[in-house]
Amino acid sequence: MTNLTMPRIDKKTILKKKIIVKNLKKILKPENVLDHEDELRPFETDGLSAYKQKPLIVVFPENTEEVSKILKYCSHERIKVVPRGAGTGLSGGALPLADCVLLCLGKFNKILEIDYKNRCVVTQPGVTNLSITQAVQDNNFYYAPDPSSQIACSIGGNVAENSGGVHSLKYGTTTNNILGAEVVFMDGSICKLGGKTFDSEGYDILGLITGSEGLLCIITEVTVKILKTPESVKAALIGFPTIEDGGKCVSDIISSGIIPAGMEMMDKELIHATDNFVKAGYPRNAEAMLIVELDGTKTDVLELMERINKIAIKNKASSIKISKNDKERLKFWAGRKAAFPACGDMAPDYYCMDGTIPRGKLAEVLKEIKKLSKKYNLPVANAFHAGDGNLHPLIMYDSNNKNELAKTEKLGAEILKYCVKVGGVLTGEHGVGIEKRELMCEMFNNTDIQQQIKIKKALDVGSLLNPGKVYPILRKCAEEGRIHVHGGKTKFSDIPRF
Amino acid sequence: MFMEEKQSFPISQDSDLEIPKTEKEVSRIIKKFYKSNIPIEIIGTGSKRKIGKSLQCGKTLNLSKLNGIIEYLPEELYIKVKAGTRIDKIENELKKNNQQLAFEPIDFGYLFLEKSNCGTAGGQVACNIAGPRRLKSGSIRDHILGFRAVNGRGEIIKSGGNVVKNVTGYDLSKLICNSFGTLAAITEITFKVLPSAAENKTLVVHNLNIESSMEYLHQAISSSNDISGAVYLPMFPSCENCKMDIKSTFQLNDLKQNGSLTALRVEGSKKSVDERVKNLQKKIAIPESNISVLESLQSSIFWKKAKNLEFFAGTKNNIFRIVLPPSETSKLLYELPKKFKYFLDWGGAVIWMEACELSEQYFNSIRKKVVAHGGYVSMIKNSDFLPHVEDIFTINNARFDISQSIKKSFDPKRILNPGKMYSGI
Repeated sequence: MTNLTMPRIDKKTILKKKIIVKNLKKILKPENVLDHEDELRPFETDGLSAYKQKPLIVVFPENTEEVSKILKYCSHERIKVVPRGAGTGLSGGALPLADCVLLCLGKFNKILEIDYKNRCVVTQPGVTNLSITQAVQDNNFYYAPDPSSQIACSIGGNVAENSGGVHSLKYGTTTNNILGAEVVFMDGSICKLGGKTFDSEGYDILGLITGSEGLLCIITEVTVKILKTPESVKAALIGFPTIEDGGKCVSDIISSGIIPAGMEMMDKELIHATDNFVKAGYPRNAEAMLIVELDGTKTDVLELMERINKIAIKNKASSIKISKNDKERLKFWAGRKAAFPACGDMAPDYYCMDGTIPRGKLAEVLKEIKKLSKKYNLPVANAFHAGDGNLHPLIMYDSNNKNELAKTEKLGAEILKYCVKVGGVLTGEHGVGIEKRELMCEMFNNTDIQQQIKIKKALDVGSLLNPGKVYPILRKCAEEGRIHVHGGKTKFSDIPRF
Repeated sequence: MFMEEKQSFPISQDSDLEIPKTEKEVSRIIKKFYKSNIPIEIIGTGSKRKIGKSLQCGKTLNLSKLNGIIEYLPEELYIKVKAGTRIDKIENELKKNNQQLAFEPIDFGYLFLEKSNCGTAGGQVACNIAGPRRLKSGSIRDHILGFRAVNGRGEIIKSGGNVVKNVTGYDLSKLICNSFGTLAAITEITFKVLPSAAENKTLVVHNLNIESSMEYLHQAISSSNDISGAVYLPMFPSCENCKMDIKSTFQLNDLKQNGSLTALRVEGSKKSVDERVKNLQKKIAIPESNISVLESLQSSIFWKKAKNLEFFAGTKNNIFRIVLPPSETSKLLYELPKKFKYFLDWGGAVIWMEACELSEQYFNSIRKKVVAHGGYVSMIKNSDFLPHVEDIFTINNARFDISQSIKKSFDPKRILNPGKMYSGI
């Protein structure tokens, strides 16, 4: 684990632990307050497991009133609060602090209302993404955003991170698919945002909190839009002799006016890794492979598939398979969905990156990643949401080898910097968290960051909610990479922290 | 930075009107007013200037000269423009590549001036009032990938980028949308663009009452037919001072009857559009004489007129917009005294209403009812009878407090369009 500067630990809070626990047990059922070292261990990390830190206390509120009371109390006592949904986030957004109350939304696990008349579902934030679709699929409806972790990730976490998924090219990300939320701010005030209506009047606070990574408020209820299940869905599995051909095919499909429901690309390393893992029948001789999924009426899908076929042939496709039925289509996806565990099979550890680039730069960026992979002597397998240019390079390493994590992080940072250089961004769907915090200056200047920090301060005066995430910890951006801690002391210790 | 400070821009000390041509000039002007605490009204071409409260600022910042397309990459599905670029210029450019702004920008010129004035990109973003395709494709806020702007301290800020998937930092694009110029003067916008459909057709069902129409719209939208427009144009209530005149607004040969219209638009390839129109027809047991199908050309005219609110052109009455859950629409309409005309868009999720003899008290009572039904109401056009309404929008105390804090973080001295949306913001 590399050292990362986190907000200064408030020793007074740590010394007061017993009193805090006692007071929290007055707000919550005593069994919903965990403070024993053994009870805290499961919460020491989230999906970015390279970083670990036990919280001071873990709480499981059961309703909005309790959340409000906890925040009011913590605000009054100046205790930091870190929110946590299912803990599947990949950027360390739910990494606890040693002096924090970790507020878990796990008991907010009920779907409150299914409203077909207004085509929406009102749900508590701890409900998993997939269970929303499962609750409405008998009536042929579904919730569109589908992050790969949808079986485990919570809808509240999806809002906090503005999660995407393989279908966001056509259907948008979380922010385009929610109508309302109930939130609690750090001072304990409860606020309803939006509702069952399209758009909300006044400032789009719902839009602001979506993707705010738990820095602005705690989400206690979400209203999501549901869509009618398409009449027909088909997928094509297309192999290419070179990455350039695959990249060109992606651009040509979009340029021709087709917006597929999903368009995923994998490089040779990952084709082999996933095919070994789930036997998906992938073209093993191809350098790049595309899965193009189309949905709509039967006529639409057949017509567009014909056009995709022609575009693929024009781009020298070495193999084209079109799904004959849903079983085969799901088999095509099985490999892609198993990309992470397949990498886990190939190396003791892997680190997943998440930059977004303009589609036209796919081949260029892939070449650069190959170069960097050689430079750092670490294998990288690549999966992309090619339709929207969202890359997921998976760097394989062994955390038992000293310094390999640091080397991996350096390689990851170089990849992300290159994404920004070609006109892309640092993170497409995983969030900044602690992982890309110090890289924010690659995209934003000090004025941009200060404006964002001013918003944070406007809604969380004491900077107590999830501090140390998203924004560089020092007022000014570090010039290079991370700030390392030596002997527990940071440089410029007199500069205000956020 | 120091070098920039030393450059001098031709900013008039006396004129009440500033027309900057560059972002740096905008920044210098706002910095100057920030220092001297002078409030400014920000405008583009003024097409939507009358939406929101009228301002009494001594100074006006006109951004219409800040115009031009900066970058358009059709294969990347985005266009980056300066904020003062006219919407028709952008749409014409996109048309060359069979692309469009999918949120279907409304031309408010018809409402305010009785002729086209589509306004600027910045104005569309500041007001965030999307047209009929909102139902399928989302609102303006869903189509902004990034922006640059000058905040109330005169600082140039940016957020977002040129790519669709981006969660780097807070999504300020959402916040800037619908902020009516009260947070920052927008200088540059990157819009996501989408392919235009090859064909469109409109299925019109005549003479349905509101309940049957709402039921049919709901069924159609909840089907797999991918509806991209769903409106209801009623004949009732028939108020003498604000009569709905569907016939003279549309004048389309293929409309078989004159009564109320329930219209559904489908877009796509010819084959697919034909198939879906057939599917929709099957769903209703209505004689063919009560159904009209508008082919591409007439269909496009129909939606242009509906989108641009041409039924209200030239009215002297108040116009407001009620957004609410579709299930509540007809319930609300029955609760209102019959002194209005209206039409429903977004499948019944928005009511555009013209009310005659409106008083402030009456408007406030409408607002109460709308809020009780889970929606909100915004005054879009004041009238000769009621030229000033204190609360033109809908807000509650909790949201007001948060909005005030957000405003302060962008514009601490409240110099940008102060009070345009709410007193105190």
